[in-house]
Amino acid sequence: MTEQIDAGMVARRIAESDRLGSPDPSREIGRARRRKEDARLITGRTLWTDDIQLPGMLYVAFLRSPMAHARIARVDTSAARTQPGVVAVYSGRDFAGEQGNLPCAWPVSEDIVIPDHPPMAVEEVRYVGEAVACVVATDRYKAADALEAIEVDYEPLEPVLDMTEALAEGSPKVHEAGNRAFTWKFSGGDVEAAFRDAPVLIERTYVQQRLIPTAMEPRAVVATTDGTAFTLYSSTQIPHVLRVMLALTTGIPEHLLRVVAPDVGGGFGSKLQVTAEEVLCLLLTRRIGKPVKWTESRSEGNLTAHHGRDQLQRIALAAERDGRIRGMRADLLADMGAYLMLVTPGIPILGAFMYNGIYKMDAYDFTCTGVFTTKMPTDAYRGAGRPEATFAIERAVDELAHELGMDPVELRRRNWITHQEFPYTTIAGLTYDSGNYEAATDRALALFGYDKLRAEQADRRDRRDPVQLGIGVSTYTEMCGLAPSRVLGSLSYGAGGWEHAAVRLLPTGKVEVVTGTSPHGQGHETAWSQIAADAMGVPFEDVSVLHGDTTVAPRGMDTYGSRSLVIGGVAVLQACEKVKEKARKLAAHMLEASPEDIEFSGGTFTVRGTSAGKTIQELALAAFAAHDLPEGFEPRLDAEVTFDPQNFSFPHGTHLCAVEVDTETGLTKIRSYVAVDDVGTVVNPLIVEGQVHGGIAQGIGQALFEEAVHDAEGNLLTTTMTDYLIPSAADLPEFVTDRTETPATSNVLGAKGVGEAGTIAATPAVVNAVVDALRPYGVRDVRMPCSPERIWRAIGESGGAAAGWAGPTESEGGER
Amino acid sequence: MPRITVTVDGIVYEEEVEPRLLLVHFLRDRLGKTGTPVGCDTGNCGACTVMLDGRSAKSCSVLAVQADGSDVVTIEGLAQNGTLHPMQEAFHAEHALQCGYCTPGMIMAAVDLLKDDPDPSDEAIRHGLEGNLCRCTGYCNIVKAVRRAAQEMSGEGVRTS
Amino acid sequence: MIPAAFDYVRPASLEEACHVLATSGEEAKVLAGGQSLLPLLRLRLAYPSVLVDLGRLPDLHGVQDRGDHVFIGALTTHDEVMRSPVIREHVPLVALATATVADPAVRHRGTFGGSLAHADPAGDLPAVALALDCVFVTRMTGGQREIPAADFFVDYLESALEAGEVLVGVKVPKLGAGWGFHYEKFHRTAQAWAVVGVAAAVRTEGGAIAEARIGLTNMGSTPVRAPAVEAALRGAPSAAPNGNGSSNGAHDPVRDACGEAADDTSPPADLHATSDYRRHLARVLTYRAVRAASA
Repeated sequence: MTEQIDAGMVARRIAESDRLGSPDPSREIGRARRRKEDARLITGRTLWTDDIQLPGMLYVAFLRSPMAHARIARVDTSAARTQPGVVAVYSGRDFAGEQGNLPCAWPVSEDIVIPDHPPMAVEEVRYVGEAVACVVATDRYKAADALEAIEVDYEPLEPVLDMTEALAEGSPKVHEAGNRAFTWKFSGGDVEAAFRDAPVLIERTYVQQRLIPTAMEPRAVVATTDGTAFTLYSSTQIPHVLRVMLALTTGIPEHLLRVVAPDVGGGFGSKLQVTAEEVLCLLLTRRIGKPVKWTESRSEGNLTAHHGRDQLQRIALAAERDGRIRGMRADLLADMGAYLMLVTPGIPILGAFMYNGIYKMDAYDFTCTGVFTTKMPTDAYRGAGRPEATFAIERAVDELAHELGMDPVELRRRNWITHQEFPYTTIAGLTYDSGNYEAATDRALALFGYDKLRAEQADRRDRRDPVQLGIGVSTYTEMCGLAPSRVLGSLSYGAGGWEHAAVRLLPTGKVEVVTGTSPHGQGHETAWSQIAADAMGVPFEDVSVLHGDTTVAPRGMDTYGSRSLVIGGVAVLQACEKVKEKARKLAAHMLEASPEDIEFSGGTFTVRGTSAGKTIQELALAAFAAHDLPEGFEPRLDAEVTFDPQNFSFPHGTHLCAVEVDTETGLTKIRSYVAVDDVGTVVNPLIVEGQVHGGIAQGIGQALFEEAVHDAEGNLLTTTMTDYLIPSAADLPEFVTDRTETPATSNVLGAKGVGEAGTIAATPAVVNAVVDALRPYGVRDVRMPCSPERIWRAIGESGGAAAGWAGPTESEGGER
Repeated sequence: MPRITVTVDGIVYEEEVEPRLLLVHFLRDRLGKTGTPVGCDTGNCGACTVMLDGRSAKSCSVLAVQADGSDVVTIEGLAQNGTLHPMQEAFHAEHALQCGYCTPGMIMAAVDLLKDDPDPSDEAIRHGLEGNLCRCTGYCNIVKAVRRAAQEMSGEGVRTS
Repeated sequence: MIPAAFDYVRPASLEEACHVLATSGEEAKVLAGGQSLLPLLRLRLAYPSVLVDLGRLPDLHGVQDRGDHVFIGALTTHDEVMRSPVIREHVPLVALATATVADPAVRHRGTFGGSLAHADPAGDLPAVALALDCVFVTRMTGGQREIPAADFFVDYLESALEAGEVLVGVKVPKLGAGWGFHYEKFHRTAQAWAVVGVAAAVRTEGGAIAEARIGLTNMGSTPVRAPAVEAALRGAPSAAPNGNGSSNGAHDPVRDACGEAADDTSPPADLHATSDYRRHLARVLTYRAVRAASA
């Protein structure tokens, strides 16, 4: 999307005060710039996909399966077709020859089963919400009405809802090939030896509940054609990947398909997808010849925008009595849902290299089995595999500390990689390039007032206070910057992990940056402007950033996996350097000097030792005029770079959470939360802090509030925001954040990525705190989300009828 | 079909509407006031919050016919004579938005909050905004922005909108 | 989502409203603030043939001090109720509970009468109306009647209002001196519905509880009273034995009394709580509500 800045209204009057650090005032990088994006967002002049109106536009609505598993016996669309304003009604069968299958780009193993996945079901439905038919009508109200006139006969089949049961002999099958999608194994070191005669063994099973990502903007798609070429607007994180995939899926030639991501209202992975609705809107506009629009309702989105997490983790830690970890085993069941979508099977595999966390150990073993169930497919959700891994290791390490009677921070110190040991190749085979866990932890402990809170905790325990205090520790790292293409290839991913940037110096000295990243709230327009302004020596205001349209920015790998800055931002920087090299030649020519004698500073090229110079703006005009250029010099100052990283980056940090648990009701209140993150070099501290805040909120959401719940028939019960609980301002505390800064050595910016850090760190910090509060009652785990009832039951089941009130009875002890 | 007269951001509109037409769809689809987005269907998220006769209301939970004769101010009508409302300025200054989808509703709710309580505590701000969900910011900077706007407005005298 | 089509009538008078409702059959529905109804329409969980919009009827609006009771017009918004000096002074429990309803924007539109007529046992106001022995004043073509709160809530989302009958307002008795009030709401997020709520009105006299009224939210298909608790509280010392309301320490008759809060209730089981847990919460929250009301 092109910038739509109304500079007059916004830029004024706001002091560029820096809340975090005081960088070199002459540099843009490190400065807390207020965002360029805000101007349109705070005035309602944003362009969301649903805002797009095209002449003659028609509206699409989907009829969705009310059954988790059924054969479609009959679809009768005749009555719906005669309703006023209805242009067309189609069932899956009407598109059977044309719609193909939704793609899975990550066949993780040789034996993987990738079932057919028609965008509209033809023979069988396998989750509640699967599209069965669609209406195209002259407005959205008429389209919704006509859905009710479509008749569908279903022959019910057995739903498959529980992963363990799904793998058991005789289970009903989601697909003919069975319910096992794949098994993926990884091993490092001698695991048998590590566990043999281990003095301490911690074995736990953790449930990563199913989550609904819930970007605030519901998905929307607009598709249009002139009869030859097609344009698809979608609320997507991945316009570039989408274009390739849609071309492959629909047969529309790639060069005749333009994909545009207008302003996108959040994604968190949920818009990293090739959706049935995108494919079908393209097919509908092709068939009908008019522009079509589909916008999901929230309840439709809760059903059919892909879900996240949903893993069963069996974890084992072997350790010495002094706390040294010998080895770890992780054995997962990962719920794929009914089909494999774009990167569904790869999500748990992204976690495979992270179960060892920041710790040194001799051996590690990982197994993941992907399981089909009759539920909405899972796929990327903020962190994607890494939050699950971090949760498991950070919870297990706390359990080990408790088992040994050791402070959980001290146990971590005994096991983590010390700052002198970087670069360090872990037991999972990754090379962590840099980090300083000691520094981040010490800073966090100081901000938190750790010792004082421990004293208060002891006092409350002594007093048997009905409100108990718990302290949770989470020292995380993650692999960011997805990803070196060769690594992705070795993991059987269907594409590379490079990123592209183009930088164009315009005749008047302004700079256009074209990026292949596709922001949806991250502030790339601002951060990329800062990078380019520094590199080119031009004012921040003189840079514009173009993105999110495959015509404007034709090459890219888009935005997910905390990759944009560490790959896309680096590409921008490198493209600026290339432009400068050209400009240097031109300056040398104009100044009648050798290029080696030209120095660049503050936007001006000067001849070393003289005051003779040319500004970059003068050079821009000279290149445009082209009257007097060096021999063979093309009359333009622009450059393109495609950057493929050599390694991941590894942000880390220490998050500390104090909770007060009301043992009489089970209610948890977060009393304080401290996060000290090390995300390497920071381009914009304001944006980094914002990412950490939002990430923590979502991590807390998983720990305390959020869960997609199905009934015994496979109906999703949490279809609305009344039932799927998103925390509001009143449900969250102020977060205290700070940073340490250990630059990444794997890229020239030194940046590590921050988009997922908070989410990865926060969930175990909160749950560790809850369990810590309940230790006096013998509680050693509470399943997420740690709802008041689960906490009350955990206390009751451990025999500690809290504070005199009767505990739960056996009669109704169902897991909730 | 009922005919309604509604003033939206200072312009009087007279339109025939189906009784079931939601105010938010009237604003967006009929008047082109796309600054007000829709985020849910149960009145929980608050993205569609507008001022209806001077008080915040969720325009997805109001029928257009119910707004007959009313005055509606949307995010598009908050700035006056090319000058942003202090709340808009404050959201920008404090980085109180990321994707920005909740922002129009959040700003309208925050403006309403200061009408009742020109100098709210952090807790009052958090509770006052409990009907507006944000998935990006974790709310910390939203609270700061409301505080900043409150200070700004107390210095300049409270604006009405 | 989008509501199914319906007709719309905006009567100019109460008489007309009653007439329209009486002649429009079962599928007619009253529209007040619409804050409960609109979501139901959008999710297509309700298909009314006609909505009768009472929103503009002036005589259903406002709060009046009528000596021994406060009369709250059915269309008075939650926001107005919360702010009403008359309500805050004479029937503060109504203001306390109303302040916990939904969120500010919803309270600007939602109405006192609408919430009660919706008869949702998870709503905060029905339990209050029940605890205070409110009287519901209604009109129908050619008549009117007064319905005691105890008879008003018939079943889940079902009130005693008949077709063609409109809730005009509610008489809230003033309880006079010596009474204290509290509404204890337990919910998982700030804008979530009550898992359980307890409305308590307690009169203390000479260091003891003389009289108590307890209404429970979301402990059955209708709001319910807790008569066993009310009886058991009579005569209990109003101060907590160890002074801080803590559950430990000396014997506490109030605590024992509140242990009966869930007796004879049939609380629902749903996504947010089992029946068993609701019973437990009823006991704990009743104790807290009584303590707060008698403090």
